[in-house]
Amino acid sequence: MAEPQSALGHAFVPGDHGNAAGGIGITLHERAALSIVQVTAWRETIPAVVTAISNVTGLNVPDKPGAGRSAGEKSVFGFAPGRYFVVAQASDLEERLRSAVHLEAGTVINLTHGRTAIRVKGPWSEWVLSKLFAIDFSEHAFPVGFGRATLHHDIHTNIQRIDEETFDLYVFRTFARSFWLTLGHAAAEVGYRVE
Amino acid sequence: MIIKCPYCGPRDVIEFTYQGDATRQRPDPASSDQIAWNAYVYDRANPMGSHREFWLHSGGCRQHLIVTRDMATHVISSVGFARDTTGTAKSGDRP
Repeated sequence: MAEPQSALGHAFVPGDHGNAAGGIGITLHERAALSIVQVTAWRETIPAVVTAISNVTGLNVPDKPGAGRSAGEKSVFGFAPGRYFVVAQASDLEERLRSAVHLEAGTVINLTHGRTAIRVKGPWSEWVLSKLFAIDFSEHAFPVGFGRATLHHDIHTNIQRIDEETFDLYVFRTFARSFWLTLGHAAAEVGYRVE
Repeated sequence: MIIKCPYCGPRDVIEFTYQGDATRQRPDPASSDQIAWNAYVYDRANPMGSHREFWLHSGGCRQHLIVTRDMATHVISSVGFARDTTGTAKSGDRP
């Protein structure tokens, strides 16, 4: 199997950037070695697929719009009716989901090589992300564990809230480098650290 | 303009794509009534007031919606999944 390479290339520069002298507002980190899989249920099989995802991941996913869970490197969240992002640091994730979700229940698509996962963490994460995405990042509107599908500059992004000040962004791999630079520009004001 | 998607919640109109008038009735496919087909393809009422229309949440959950919008004020009185509308195909159903 081909060795996965980061899409960020030379744009990934570890260290402190922007107005870091005033403190570190957010930390940016590319989550590597992940399997990213989309599972889609048929209309009448959503409860069965949610149960199958829970059995494979060990995460109990509520069956309501945008709901999800995360624990360590594992994440699950809904982003459309009957559609779920499933993420884990396990190379056999797709295989295990395929075994659990037969065609009668839904479909499984491996997005690992099509997405870049970026973790944004820090007290200014809501502020910085609000510059890019026209959604409400406050915790009452975007609770912990929940996911969102939205746009920045007409480019699709999936976002999950991991905790009070941490978000995981899943962007198209082909746009990941330019998005990373855009994210850096947005974060420069508050100072940011790349790890 | 904010459209309240039934799945995603309130989102800016930039996330949506207008898909046209939802009040049109397709003529019987077996019909060769050219006036009826011409009206179906080209004629639009363009009312000042409430209007049912299709929107695609292309920048979110990618579901087709039926939005009832006031053409004069842009006030939206209802939003629902198009698949839940009687007489339309249900997206997500198995072929």
